[in-house]
Amino acid sequence: MREYSMVDHYPVSARDFATAGDASASIKRKLKQLGVDSAILRRIAVASYEVELNLMIHSVGGTLTMMMSPDEILLVSSDAGPGIPDIEKALQEGFSTADEEARNLGFGAGMGLPNMRRNADEFSIQSALGRGTEIRMRFRLQ
Amino acid sequence: MTTAELSTLINATVVTPGNAADGTVTCGYACDLLSWVLAHGRPGMAWTTVQTHMNVVAVAVLMEMSCVILSENNRLEEDALAKARQEGLCVLVTDKTAYEVCGILMRAGIMPPSP
Repeated sequence: MREYSMVDHYPVSARDFATAGDASASIKRKLKQLGVDSAILRRIAVASYEVELNLMIHSVGGTLTMMMSPDEILLVSSDAGPGIPDIEKALQEGFSTADEEARNLGFGAGMGLPNMRRNADEFSIQSALGRGTEIRMRFRLQ
Repeated sequence: MTTAELSTLINATVVTPGNAADGTVTCGYACDLLSWVLAHGRPGMAWTTVQTHMNVVAVAVLMEMSCVILSENNRLEEDALAKARQEGLCVLVTDKTAYEVCGILMRAGIMPPSP
């Protein structure tokens, strides 16, 4: 079991467009202060923003957790539902189930999960209808 | 090119100058879909959009852009403007279309982000 020297939890509310991005901004600020390489930081920033927005747009609310060890950063997003009916489809670029309100704000391009997968060194997603979704993204620091 | 020079070039109003009055513009991009912008965002980028809400500021700050250019006289919503000021993000408003802004910037040597 890996030892994480830092574990931070960021609650994300459903449909709260006004504060969307706050958790990612906090994560980025913190990691920058800790001296994380700027190229890695940029990838983490993209992935954390995308996953935070997914929580906000699609879930009933959830938590983004950031864990840090000397050699990696692990981001875990977990929510209590509604779950993703077809993960393969959700991972396709351009596929989105975002509603009108989200699309009008420039979300719902169907790039969220692909952007996460592209930027993380390891990406995994598990989802069960009615129970929720968990996304884990690992970023190597060395 | 600095954001101040860019502002003159596209005849923009500086809504808020940001922390670095002479922030260097490294590349340009125009898009209103935030995930696309995130995928292509770079430090120093000048981003042209018609979106005016809080998340424009969040994305620009996250990507460490030099400025956001609101085309066709679009104005940031009040809470977004307050956030931009707080974060030290430079925001410009121009009457030009995104298409014109891109044309002017390209002619002045501001290129799209490298892949």
